[in-house]
Amino acid sequence: MNVVFWILAVITVFGGLMAVTLKNTVHCALALTVAFAGLALLFLELDAQFAGFAQILVYIGAVAILVVFAILLTRGSETPSEGIFSRTWFTGLLIAAAVFAVLAWAVLNSTAALPHETSAPAVSVQQIGSALMGRYVLPLEIVALLLTAAMLGAVMVALHEKGEQK
Amino acid sequence: MTPLAGYLLVAALLFAIGLAGALTRRNAILVLIGIELMLNAANLNLVAFWRYGPHPELLTGMMFAIFSIAVAAAEAAVGLGLVIAIYRHARTTDLDEINRMKG
Repeated sequence: MNVVFWILAVITVFGGLMAVTLKNTVHCALALTVAFAGLALLFLELDAQFAGFAQILVYIGAVAILVVFAILLTRGSETPSEGIFSRTWFTGLLIAAAVFAVLAWAVLNSTAALPHETSAPAVSVQQIGSALMGRYVLPLEIVALLLTAAMLGAVMVALHEKGEQK
Repeated sequence: MTPLAGYLLVAALLFAIGLAGALTRRNAILVLIGIELMLNAANLNLVAFWRYGPHPELLTGMMFAIFSIAVAAAEAAVGLGLVIAIYRHARTTDLDEINRMKG
């Protein structure tokens, strides 16, 4: 456990915590970007360079921008007068705490059984490319189809309804 | 504590934070943000197991994470499109107000 991991872990968890607790929705989106960046750096720390840069491109470059667009289109940055948490917030918090307790208990009790290879894997982008074009070509094609369908679906769903000219 | 256990604990904490956000916030966009955090925590688990598990040269864990990122991007686009459609229909993104299935 080195210092870099702990710094990145603190940044990521802090960003995530701010993203779900801040009042202003735009601030939440910015905190979410911090959490995404921390996760990308954790991926780089795990020697998964390709996944780390894909995380930066997809999440910081696209998803965070989409979230900001949605906030601005829905006037969601106005803080509601009756508070930002729903009526059943206590139950939700209890469920989340229980889930974390179970997960942490499972991890801490199976430390001896966890694999711990120490040698860093040397994976080049060329290897990833040939794996995508060879062994994983069918999932790749399905993801391409899914992305096309999702893009068309998002446009269809968000299109103006007919007869609504306000 | 082994390095893998540290990563798994961070991922579990991030998952719990995302779940808490998805279950407690009123704003639909914030619920989607919580879901994104949960997906990212799962990705961290996949990459950590790939790094510390045997046979990293097979790339299974990392490929799973990359495909998961692609599917999460599609999910975000459709989810935010739905939020915008609901906002246009109901004039609010407050989930406590949206309690009818009939338009």
